[in-house]
Amino acid sequence: MPKLKVDGVEVEVPKGATVLQACEAAGKEVPRFCYHDRLSIAGNCRMCLVEIKPGPPKPAASCAMPAGDNMEVFTDSPMVHHARKGVMEMLLINHPLDCPICDQGGECDLQDQAMGYGVASSRYDDVKRAVTEKHMGPLIKTFMTRCIHCTRCVRFMDEIAGVPAIGALGRGEHMEISTLEAGIASELSGNIIDLCPVGALTSKPYAFIARPWELTKTESIDVMDAVGSNIRIDARGPEVLRVLPRLHEDVNEEWISDKTRFAVDGLKRQRLDRAYVRGADGKLKPTSWQAALNVVADKLKATDAAATGVIAGDQTDCETLFAAKSLFHGLGVQNLDCRQDGAKLNGGPRGGYILNAGLAGVEAADRLLLIGCNPRIEAAVFNARIRKRWLAGGFKVGVIGHTGDLTYPAEAIDFDGAADFLEGAERPLTIVGAGALARADGAAILAQARALASVSEDWNGFGVLHTAASRVGGLDLGFLPGEGGLDVAGMLDAAASGALKTVYLLGADELDAAKLADAFVIYQGAIGDAGAHVADVILPGAAYTEKDGTYVNTEGRAQRAMRAVFPPGEGREDWSILRALSGALGAPLPFDDLRQLREAMIAACPALGAIDAQAPGDWGSFGVEGPIDPAPLASGVLNFYMTDPISRASATMAKCMAEFGGKATSERTEAHG
Amino acid sequence: MSGLDIAGDDLQPKSFEFGPAELERVNVIIAKYPAAKKQSAVMPLLDLAQRQHGGWIPRAAIEYIADMLEMPSIRVWEVATFYTMYFLAPKGKHKVQVCTTTPCWLRGSDDVVAACKSHLGIGFGQVTTDGLFSLHEVECLGACVNAPMIQIDDDFYEDLDAASTARILDAFKAGERPKPGPQNGRHGSEPAKADPSGDDAQC
Repeated sequence: MPKLKVDGVEVEVPKGATVLQACEAAGKEVPRFCYHDRLSIAGNCRMCLVEIKPGPPKPAASCAMPAGDNMEVFTDSPMVHHARKGVMEMLLINHPLDCPICDQGGECDLQDQAMGYGVASSRYDDVKRAVTEKHMGPLIKTFMTRCIHCTRCVRFMDEIAGVPAIGALGRGEHMEISTLEAGIASELSGNIIDLCPVGALTSKPYAFIARPWELTKTESIDVMDAVGSNIRIDARGPEVLRVLPRLHEDVNEEWISDKTRFAVDGLKRQRLDRAYVRGADGKLKPTSWQAALNVVADKLKATDAAATGVIAGDQTDCETLFAAKSLFHGLGVQNLDCRQDGAKLNGGPRGGYILNAGLAGVEAADRLLLIGCNPRIEAAVFNARIRKRWLAGGFKVGVIGHTGDLTYPAEAIDFDGAADFLEGAERPLTIVGAGALARADGAAILAQARALASVSEDWNGFGVLHTAASRVGGLDLGFLPGEGGLDVAGMLDAAASGALKTVYLLGADELDAAKLADAFVIYQGAIGDAGAHVADVILPGAAYTEKDGTYVNTEGRAQRAMRAVFPPGEGREDWSILRALSGALGAPLPFDDLRQLREAMIAACPALGAIDAQAPGDWGSFGVEGPIDPAPLASGVLNFYMTDPISRASATMAKCMAEFGGKATSERTEAHG
Repeated sequence: MSGLDIAGDDLQPKSFEFGPAELERVNVIIAKYPAAKKQSAVMPLLDLAQRQHGGWIPRAAIEYIADMLEMPSIRVWEVATFYTMYFLAPKGKHKVQVCTTTPCWLRGSDDVVAACKSHLGIGFGQVTTDGLFSLHEVECLGACVNAPMIQIDDDFYEDLDAASTARILDAFKAGERPKPGPQNGRHGSEPAKADPSGDDAQC
């Protein structure tokens, strides 16, 4: 534990810490471009120069200098200022003066630091360097003349994403960052936009759209997968323009997946912005809220409770689930289900359906068994954490189901060899994927995984990796078939056979909608997708950016998403639609605002009130012992770029599909071998 | 000013493989490094590919070497584009590489460059019409003690001036291979003056 002085402030830092980290510990800001906490140290921008005594009488790069005992560091001396000004002048020699047309303007490290260390004029008469643009796929726009060669993008792709697609070609003045004109086939590529300290790599869909100071920034939660990445939604007026990651060490660190970042343009397309009722001619006709609610209320009253079903989609917030459950239980409906994919999880002890050790728990594990899941496409950010653990060494990954490129080596095993694989590990982690649980023998796989998992007082090595953001919340709330109730598959079959007359879809689109053709379908949701196509009544809801809602991620962490914009047109927050419907039915739900709803919801399910808390769930018996079909397990996600109504409506995701195609998913990761 | 000199698609062969003699060399080279660090062999293998493929490395060879050494191809590209001794597009039969880094420049590399340009009638990066020469500007080749110098193919020609440069190029034109090393009568990198204990005894 070296003790040193930074500008007279004494600090003690862990062994191996750098001088830059010591400066931060002392509360001194050190400018930097190439240094990044989560990347290896490059030491090539030289902006973090400080004066260190004892030592040679020249400034030292603090990012690459280990902190030593009794060092005296000066971050504000004349020598430091002189040196940093020199570095800045060098960096600006070839940097274009195009800040007014640069998308990074206003949130640019170089711009900010030039305010402190830049000189007002140039002493350089030679021509500036110009670099041709590079093609890096549909997500990343390049303007390589602006590049200052910090190599953060190269290191990120190499170290964190595990897809070494970017390199620094050439040398000296001719050095160029390049992918050799290939798109970056990684699910995390968008993060290099945030990492780029200048405007060399910017967001292609967001190009020339807005300036950062025009945006309203809302801190929220992502629902594109079940990781619950913390995000910031940047909107201008009624329009969500972009999504950026927010720091949460235990969930997403500071990364988000490309779908989280880029699918938001889908929020502008195919929107359900007013109520519709299917007329006698079979065509959907716009109507008023009241008229639509009356049609629904009449239909629900006229239908026997046993012939009514409710299916919740994968992005439904807990408040909506709770309101729907309260409403339909009040009507005596038992056919409720939140498991569109047919996952064989029947509530039960919470420990049986969450990732008990937490997403960050993988860093404490020494062995990982993946059963029928491909974290790279199901939870890309979590996959980066698994890779981080693997890079730290002393970690083995075994996969039952596929042996694709997960960005770390994985051993293909089967159920017979699984116990041997886990043998001897101190903290083994067993993770079951949604794809495995959705199979007919899902309950048997669950029981098998439970048997394999190591569970002791201080370590619960059992986990489920969900792909649906609403799933854990739905299971917590018991949004499941009641006594004698049908599950999703049962409801679809009953609807096809005519036994189920009315089906209420809460943003449920990932199901075989054709089977619902004969039933009276009410679709409540934000985007016109499979569910809306078969609907007889459409109630326009709100997308995740347009409502306050609670979501529980795959590790059982309840988090609150915040409304960034209002729903378009006549769309309403989903819980309030159900509240209004309960009024039309003559049996109003006992809450008039979100606060009252939340109080009732938390009273019913305390876990949803423990915001941002994560702990292993209750343990008990779950799963059903039985034979396991020898057919290979496959991931529940077939296509990373299109998993939900928003990403299916997104033009950016469609471009990714066109560029990366099957490579993006099955071929690239061989998930379905 | 910028841009990499990589051959266009029309010049790129579809595939590349080492010949039997090269493969034998490959085994020897790879065996020099620990099995887990076999990517250390990337530089000699690139050189081998360049020699086999008429003095330049095609794209297919880079991918082939990346596969062979189990490393990402972009890492091989980084190496191949960094060093001036690798060529990624067809060049002249004799590659005239003039060092213009500070020591050579102080000792008169400008004259050497001018002599090369006027004698060959080409600029940097260009190939003579007969395909015999290409001219390249390179960074320090580590022969500062005999500055200024040029490298032609695998040999260093040192202690040059405009006249000796022209003489060497003429010899190559005539199909000869002049004797490499210092061109001013100096032996190796011995002191330029015969008796170092003379005027500069204090040295």
